[in-house]
Amino acid sequence: MQEYDLIIIGGGPAGLAAAVSAKDQGINSILIIERDDQLGGILNQCIHNGFGLHTFKEELTGPEYSKRFIDKVIALGIEYKLNTMVLDVNDNKQVTAVNAKDGILELRAKAIILAMGCRERPRGALNIPGARCSGIYTAGTAQKYVNMEGLMPGKEVVILGSGDIGLIMARRMTLEGAKVKACVELMPHSSGLKRNIVQCLDDFDIPLKLSHTITNIHGHDRLEGVTIAKVDEHRKPIVGTEEYIPCDTLLLSVGLLPENELSRKANVKLSRVTGGPEVDESMQTSISGIFTCGNVLHVHDLVDNVTTESYTAGKNAADYINGIHHEGVGVELFATDGVRYTVPKTINAENIGDGIDVRFRVGEVYKNSYISVYFDDVREMHLKKKILTPGEMESVKLTKAVFDKYSNCKKITIKVEKE
Amino acid sequence: MMFDVTIIGAGIVGCGVARELSKYNLKSCVLEKSVDVGSGTSKANSAIVHAGHDADPKTLKGKLNAIGNAMYTNLSKELDFPFKRNGSLVLCFDKEHLGDLENLLHQGEANGVPGLVILSGDQVREMEPNVTLSCVGALYAPTGGIVCPYEMTIAMAENAYTNGVKFEFETEVINIEKKSNSYVIKTNKGDIETKIIINAAGLFSDEINNMVSQHKFKILPKRGEYVLFDKAVGDLVTKTIFQLPTKLGKGVLVTPTVDGNLLIGPDAVDVESKADLCTTQEGINDILLNAQHSIQEPLPMNMVITSFAGNRAKNIGNDFIIGEAKDAKNFINVASIDSPGLTSAPSIAVMVADIVIKKLSPEKNVGFNPIRKGIRKFREMSNEERKEIIKEIPEYGKIICRCETVTEGEILDSIRRPLGAKTLDGVKRRTRAGMGRCQSGFCSTRVVDILSKELNIPRYNVTKSGGDSILLTGKNKESL
Amino acid sequence: MSRRELTCIGCPMGCALIVELEGKEVISVSGNSCKLGENYGKKECTNPTRVVTSSVIVTGGQSEILSVKTEKDIPKNLIYDCVGALKNVVVKAPVHIGDVVLENVLNTGVNIIATKDIEKA
Repeated sequence: MQEYDLIIIGGGPAGLAAAVSAKDQGINSILIIERDDQLGGILNQCIHNGFGLHTFKEELTGPEYSKRFIDKVIALGIEYKLNTMVLDVNDNKQVTAVNAKDGILELRAKAIILAMGCRERPRGALNIPGARCSGIYTAGTAQKYVNMEGLMPGKEVVILGSGDIGLIMARRMTLEGAKVKACVELMPHSSGLKRNIVQCLDDFDIPLKLSHTITNIHGHDRLEGVTIAKVDEHRKPIVGTEEYIPCDTLLLSVGLLPENELSRKANVKLSRVTGGPEVDESMQTSISGIFTCGNVLHVHDLVDNVTTESYTAGKNAADYINGIHHEGVGVELFATDGVRYTVPKTINAENIGDGIDVRFRVGEVYKNSYISVYFDDVREMHLKKKILTPGEMESVKLTKAVFDKYSNCKKITIKVEKE
Repeated sequence: MMFDVTIIGAGIVGCGVARELSKYNLKSCVLEKSVDVGSGTSKANSAIVHAGHDADPKTLKGKLNAIGNAMYTNLSKELDFPFKRNGSLVLCFDKEHLGDLENLLHQGEANGVPGLVILSGDQVREMEPNVTLSCVGALYAPTGGIVCPYEMTIAMAENAYTNGVKFEFETEVINIEKKSNSYVIKTNKGDIETKIIINAAGLFSDEINNMVSQHKFKILPKRGEYVLFDKAVGDLVTKTIFQLPTKLGKGVLVTPTVDGNLLIGPDAVDVESKADLCTTQEGINDILLNAQHSIQEPLPMNMVITSFAGNRAKNIGNDFIIGEAKDAKNFINVASIDSPGLTSAPSIAVMVADIVIKKLSPEKNVGFNPIRKGIRKFREMSNEERKEIIKEIPEYGKIICRCETVTEGEILDSIRRPLGAKTLDGVKRRTRAGMGRCQSGFCSTRVVDILSKELNIPRYNVTKSGGDSILLTGKNKESL
Repeated sequence: MSRRELTCIGCPMGCALIVELEGKEVISVSGNSCKLGENYGKKECTNPTRVVTSSVIVTGGQSEILSVKTEKDIPKNLIYDCVGALKNVVVKAPVHIGDVVLENVLNTGVNIIATKDIEKA
């Protein structure tokens, strides 16, 4: 069995940043395992810009952003294997992987970082009724065809879901010659970044139909059209509002799901809300020595946040390997009243340096509200927020000083307050 | 060229008959209008191998079911397709109807079904802890089983082909002319002359029959919808759970599939068009509501992977139509093979082959090889076996479908083997690539690539399932 | 005097801007959180521009498609023509981030550059 200090599963932005961070802390025996034929993860097919505003103070495209980290990984001499799929991870930190060259790899590590990213929710999971014809894709699969293979999934497009991938593909398909007829969104608000509504839909006069859904799919061999309908406050279709839109392509942008099959195999405790592992302040999961970061932990909107989170995971994995990590479960965080979840779930203040960013999402749109942080019953933070929306991840910084102040705190609560 | 036997339709029935006939020195061929075998009802059904207590003993269904069921043990080994004899339960929800269970038991015994026994509600729940508390009793049939119907169809076809049967795809029968001692089948690809015709055209068997015989019949398509759940909940039940038919209908089943998913369905709705395989909101809601009656806890709706529909080829007589047409010598119908059609397919095949053998007295095919080896599945191998096969075929080290752990080696095999896959769905049904929780989101680009290379066609000519089911409409910027 | 409401796309915050105009002249911008927003508000109402990202075909490389972008933003009304100009552009590997793929697109003075490294096959 081959041994490493650190095995990182996934060579996308999360895995790359974690590797660089661990190496910076003096860990030399690192292996990144990547299933694709190149490093970079999903960024390889994200050829639009908007990446790196925080990290590099520049607006980069996906490939340019990932290149910065790939270059660092190579310069630091970090080992990686491509075209290699991890089949199993167990709670003894043993990793089984496969590739054509090495065959079956049986590996063990002192620490593992799970950075497998996320996958898209398919039509089947939504049970959209109708024909099972060709021409129905998730937005990311369509993105792969267009951006990596130069092939068009279709000519007349309807997009279900106003998440960022759907919006980006609305623009992308338009600029490759397709006609995008509508973006259909179940909720009364968009789930993507506002800037994407402007530069992907408004710029091209693509109608955004909020509070609508697709009720039927029509076609024989290939898609011929979809029926959409308005929905009521319970998100149920309103009879009589049906509208038929002829199209040959349906792109689905209806949710991203952290890819946690391996995490389950490792017996890592998962959050029911995010679908990703529950972690402590060090990005460590319920299994000692198994850390996680990036979209597999919780789906992000900005890769810059993935990078920061992954630096933390890498550093803490290094501390763990070097025996200087402070074990011990810290204070538990509770998300309530509008806040759906927090990452991390617990904070041991000995491990946070001078502070920690707690990331979270709200469940609805809130205008002119407050994000409040309570240490037991004491409201320590009360931050005014003009707008809070489920489509944009938020964060609050909790400093070490605050933890020192409330050294006997039993629980921390984060919630939305009107006043 | 004159064929001895031409089989119209490459579903489970047509391929089953083809395989039986390949045991003899006959010039046989199968005509299939789709691009692949098993493209009709054979690929969209409950995948149940019924014990045999449901049908009237006086019917062909009643006579052929239990015999067919018993043949699955050997067949699945010979032809290397997945089959599991997991047993089945018909649940009764109120004491008044316990008598119906008794009736079913007696009917089953008359049909030759072994091992039938009636259990109390508590005994049922001991066997199946997730069954509803409202169950007061059940008929237990240990010989009930589950199978992969399309893998079985493919296996039958490959074995028939390897043993000498010709297969013609994308070949549609337009008309049939009777000559004095033969038939001339007019297809979109030319004429085929044959001594005997076997009409196994499924939903379209009425149209084929009515080309030749004045004893016309009508196939009435009845659609059934299904919902499929993730393998993570595939062990909700281990036996196939039926519901005692009530005034409201036949009842909906809850069953594990042979691949480990959970399947619920079907409903039964008359449809206008035989090609109407659409799922509907009402249908999906109905089967979920009905299936819930069998299970105590709420069904795990967040674990749904997909839903699909299949059409039953029903006729007004409600039994199989098997036999020579009274006014068309050597035209043999194997029509309206609806439930328990899949279960009876092996015994139907023997019955039909017997008709042909009595007519033609052919010699045995001494070279007949009953064994067909399926694609070696990486996911079923031990790590040692995996190491070996990757040394032999490096493509077995490249995972293409990560949800179902399907390797490039298997996909290449699925395309290269006899009657190999030509479409995305063809690869899917032979390897399971695309059947997992992401529903081909990850692997389809890669499978299209492989198909394109192997079939030597541009990627935008690869289809989902033949016909006009194109996946890609062209290259970037072509329409600019 | 006219009033336009728009969403700033300068960064993911997406501030809601209100721009007051007299004819074609910008009188004021409000609602922004930073200078970027103020500039965007002015520009969007007088001379809207965008950075355009697209792709071109590569021959002889490890990948067949090269992602590209306009080096700077170009007038918004030239977006379609800009991608049209890329329709028949073919690049030979190797190509590296920053390499000019199309010079001075549509006479805007802006080059279209590669955003990926693609080595020879």
